[in-house]
Amino acid sequence: MKKVYLDNAATTPLLPEVREAMLPFLGEDFGNPSCLHDWGDTAREAMENARAQVAQLIGADAEEIIFTASGTESNNFAVKGLALAQQNKGKHVVVSAIEHFSALHSARTLEKWGFELSLVPVDKYGVVNPEDVRRSIKKDTVLVSIMHANNEVGTIEPITEIAKVTKERGVVFHTDAVATVGTIPVDIEELGVDALSLAGNQFYGPKGVGALWVRKGVRILPFLDGGVQEGGRRAGTENVPAIVGLGKAAELASLNMASRIEHLAHLRNRLLTELPNKIEHVVVTGHPQNRLPGHASFCVEFIEGEAMLMLLNSRGVAVTSGSACTSRALKASHVLIAMGLSHALAQGSLLFSFGLDNTSEDIDYVLEVLPPIVDRLRQMSPLYAKFTKTGKGGK
Amino acid sequence: MPVYSEKVMEHFMNPRNVGEIENPDGVGEVGNPVCGDMMTFYIKVKDNKLDDVKFKTFGCGAAIAVSSMVSEMAKGKTLEEAMKITPRSVADELEGLPKQKFHCSNLGAQALNKAIEDYLGKKKEGGKK
Repeated sequence: MKKVYLDNAATTPLLPEVREAMLPFLGEDFGNPSCLHDWGDTAREAMENARAQVAQLIGADAEEIIFTASGTESNNFAVKGLALAQQNKGKHVVVSAIEHFSALHSARTLEKWGFELSLVPVDKYGVVNPEDVRRSIKKDTVLVSIMHANNEVGTIEPITEIAKVTKERGVVFHTDAVATVGTIPVDIEELGVDALSLAGNQFYGPKGVGALWVRKGVRILPFLDGGVQEGGRRAGTENVPAIVGLGKAAELASLNMASRIEHLAHLRNRLLTELPNKIEHVVVTGHPQNRLPGHASFCVEFIEGEAMLMLLNSRGVAVTSGSACTSRALKASHVLIAMGLSHALAQGSLLFSFGLDNTSEDIDYVLEVLPPIVDRLRQMSPLYAKFTKTGKGGK
Repeated sequence: MPVYSEKVMEHFMNPRNVGEIENPDGVGEVGNPVCGDMMTFYIKVKDNKLDDVKFKTFGCGAAIAVSSMVSEMAKGKTLEEAMKITPRSVADELEGLPKQKFHCSNLGAQALNKAIEDYLGKKKEGGKK
């Protein structure tokens, strides 16, 4: 059976060059980078080289990069650590309603710890209005955290404009750039942020490694106490093989970004335009233009996402959905609900995220297998029956 | 992908008794899109037995498999027997359901019960005339 992987937002595969770069550090070069002997030196040099590669990808200084174990850890570290380091200044934080749970739930935890939290809304495309950020900032606001691009609907947020607001008000600004770093150009000076999260498995690096960039002079409370690794800000022996892989992936992303974007955008544009022509009652979610190059998301009316996902999987196609049934929390995507979609429509969410290995034939295949799957589920759907009988109950 | 039993997968891939019954003797509707699943059951009754059972379901793989299984379990049973079908017995027949799906997707027995009650209510009203 044909196998088509279209879930690169969950994780990209590891590039062979990245794997090759990692292998020595899973073998003979096993040293602990904190140690002052040859084994330690080899590991440390490789790790510092990776730090420079990651820094270069985002236009930062190497010493401002802190390696972590994931994008989730980076977001936890940033949201909690930046707020806690300033709690004598104020106890109010601002995040958007569509943040990844690692940022949103970290902010909720701060709330339990006595902070006040403001959620900035989004429009129907999932875009944050910088003026809403301005309105939510108060005298005691110490942190604003808004994601660079949303992982579920692909919308890219106006971070540069939001940074102008936070700068004016003297508030620290963190962005969760897990979905963008390594995929589209990200430059910390251009964005104007003070801290930024990234993750390796979003751009052909390994899982279990991420980084947090924190601007020099911005205070952050260490997330893990212990030794002096990562400048004393994140204790624990570093995951050297994964960090080396992250560095290599960053280098390759810098080198090949333009051609990758062209490839991904071509596939995405085909699906975004052709799928709604093949299937009636399909809504594109996210911003029509300002979106990630390899990201096509939809809501298919009258049916539920997990059932679609399972039937697609039975035809060899791997995708994801933001329906309640696919989430363990059994709640429809908070992102789609914040964008104003009805629960019924949000249940039909389907996300295709493309990668370097995908081809135009993959799109042909999806356009061939998906319409009969949608048909089949609609024939079973009481919502569709109601709609065809009364013309009511759409969107 | 949630870990479904082979039986759940089999019923999901080949659901039995999908559809509506014209002029049904009873209809039962449960669920709402907020929790993710909606089921409508249609029944035809003959000699106090479920002569035909059909359903329409909006929901995940488990919801579709549950509906299919309930329809199969109910068909041919007397009303009293069919009323004894419970979420637990449906899950058992399906060789188990993932924990988080048990409550949200396991609405089939409830929908069938509602359809039977609908039938019994109508019969009562009819009898009064």
